[in-house]
Formats: sequence, structure tokens, C-alpha cells
Amino acid sequence: MAASSLNHGQKQPTNMEEFMEGIWKQNPTFVMVLGMCPTLAVTVSAMNAISMGLATTFVLVASALLVSLVRNIVPSQVRIAAYILIIATFVTVVDYAIQAISLAVYDALGAFIQLIVVNCIILGRAEAHAAKNPPTRAAINAVGMGIGFTIGLFALGSVREILGAGKLFGIALFGPDFQPWVVMVLPPGGFFVLASWLLLFNWLDSRKAAKAQTEEGRIHA
Amino acid sequence: MHDSLSQIFIATMLSNNFVLAMFLGLCPFLGVSGKLNTALPMGAATTFVIMVASLCAFGLNWLVTALDMQYLRLISYIVIIASAVQLVEMFLKKTSPVLFRALGIYLPLITTNCAVLGVALFQTAREYSFLQAMTFAFGGGLGFTLALVMMAGLRERLRLAIVPNVVQGTALSLMLAGLLSLAFMGFAGLGSGG
Repeated sequence: MAASSLNHGQKQPTNMEEFMEGIWKQNPTFVMVLGMCPTLAVTVSAMNAISMGLATTFVLVASALLVSLVRNIVPSQVRIAAYILIIATFVTVVDYAIQAISLAVYDALGAFIQLIVVNCIILGRAEAHAAKNPPTRAAINAVGMGIGFTIGLFALGSVREILGAGKLFGIALFGPDFQPWVVMVLPPGGFFVLASWLLLFNWLDSRKAAKAQTEEGRIHA
Repeated sequence: MHDSLSQIFIATMLSNNFVLAMFLGLCPFLGVSGKLNTALPMGAATTFVIMVASLCAFGLNWLVTALDMQYLRLISYIVIIASAVQLVEMFLKKTSPVLFRALGIYLPLITTNCAVLGVALFQTAREYSFLQAMTFAFGGGLGFTLALVMMAGLRERLRLAIVPNVVQGTALSLMLAGLLSLAFMGFAGLGSGG
């Protein structure tokens, strides 16, 4: 795991490795399975998924930067409380910003924008990475994590929108005869689609492991 | 919002179940649902925290609205929830050390349970009255407990079943949750009409 190699301190990972960690090796959605509530709740369409991903990325990067800057000032007993306050502040910023930019997106995401506060990825990253690393490194890692989270959301949102509504970004993909698979945009669909993605990755993993144990495998599937 | 109390109660517990329909509190739902005998106390503790948080959030919302400082709402909610969890922790430690040990790390984690903050945010967004808010919180907590206990029962059964290797772990839990969610859709419409 990349996270464990970080702690040894002897050999620092390069910036590129920091960046790629969140996108592939430690992908928040598919590998760590963190932040499930927004992942499943807002991914009824690709557009929602991307907006949620971007909002979370902003909070992730901003809070990682600030946590990293104050990491030597905050006493360790109250650090969690301090991190939560930092995160809540940035979520409030995002909340008002989205309301100002697009009311349609704001209505679609609803309370889940404010629920970014309790997204485990952000607090997890603040505690596990930002609190131990200098600001630039923390920010690079957070950007990677944010992109990885956005990719995960998009993977769910696009599949659910295509199957459940026959559209992608609101553009109809199939002819008028298309019979939408409605359950996909309903709550059970969220569970099923995520489970299927995990199954796919499990299957790829087990196949790769069977093929060659030493081979690192391609970076991108 | 002029829903009657019984409508709110039925709707939040069954047709709009926090976990299975609104996707709130999924982390403990997937994390603590391994064993039946910890699922129930966990559900009870969460219900209690939800009630306390809802009560505090109601007062706080009145305060920030009166002072015209709505931008502080989210921050004050999260602080009050963290304090409520701390309170429950101290209370349990004194009154029931056995339960306290059984819940272990999951107790402080209630702070980051979306269901708790979700209740506070939803009751604000829907402008519930005091009684409506308390009913909403209680129904939500019971619904969470119900989902957690059912899931734990299913997973205990599944431990004895033969499952292909690729399906093990989270994928299997998510499939189960999907089926449960599908079953709960049978309640759709309950508590929504007049």
C-alpha cells in the first residue's frame, strides 16, 4: 500500500506518485470505499455526480492545505475538532458558492452539499496525510484524491443515467423506443451499480494476481 | 410542511428509510452490521444521539435565525453533534461499561454519521415544528436501527454460505443492501398521502 510506504519517511514518494495515489491505488470510491453517502445519493445523473465531485474536491484541497499549514500549531488533543471546524467552514463557502452559481444544481444536490462535512474522505485525509506533510505535498495529494472521487462518482452517475433514463448529461442516447430501466435511478440501483463496479475490479484484480504476481499491471484500465 | 406526526413517523421509518432510501449513515451500516448483538445497541445509541442532536439543532436554528447568522448554522450543528456524542459516551461509560466496551471505536464515530447531521439539516430545510422534528428524529433513528438489525441478520446467515471469491467483502454487502432497499421500496407511498 502506498500509505504505509509514506510513513517510513526515508524514501519520499515523488509528487507524481502523491498525485496518482488518490486516482488509482487508493481510489476513495473503489478501493477505500469511503464517503458512501454522497456517492450513492447524488449519482442519479452524470451532471450531479460531476458537480458533487468538484464541490468535494474543492473542500478536500482547501482543508488539506489549511490543516497542513496549522499542523504544528494545533495541540493534538483538539486536532479533530479543529479539523472539523476547518472543513465545515469550507463547506459553508461551497454551499453559498453553488447557490450563487447554479440554483438548479443546488436544488438537485440538496442537503448533500452540507453533508460534505461528514464525508469520511476529507477528515480521513486531513488526519492521515495533511497533518503529517507540508502544504504543497498535502495539496497535491488532495487534488489526486478529489479527482479519484470525481471519477468514482462519474462512473456511477453515468451508468445509472444511461441505464435508468437513457441519457447522458441530459442528452438522449437511444431512440424514442428506449424503455428506461427505472430501478437504476432509484435507491436500489445505486447499491447495485456500485456493487457491480466493485465486482468488476475484484474480478480484474484476481485475474491479474493469477496471471503474474510480480507484474505491476497497467496504471490505467 | 403540514404533515401529521404519524405520517412523518411512518415515512421516515419505512418508505423514506434513512439508510435504504436516503443513503444516510451508510458507513456504520456497512461497518457495524456484521453481528446481530452489536447492531441493536449501536442502533439504540445512534437513535439517542439523533434525538439529542435534533433537539439541540432545533434550538440552535432558532438562535442563528434570531441573530441573523445563518452562515454559522452548519458549523454550530457539527459542534453540537460532536458535544452530544461526547455526552453519550460519558453517560454510557458511567451507566453501562459493558455496552461501552462493546461499541468501542464506533461510538465516537457517530459524530461523522451522516444520519445525525442529516436529521438536523433536513428538519431545518423542511421547516418542521418542534414536535414534527422530534418525531422525524425518532422515526429516523428507529428506521436506521431496523435496517442495521436486518442487515446484521442477513450477514450472519451469509457467513455460512458458500460465496465465490470475487464477490466477498464490500461487493456482497452492497448487493445485500440493494436487495433490502428493493424490498423497502414496497413501502413506497406509505405515509406520503393525506
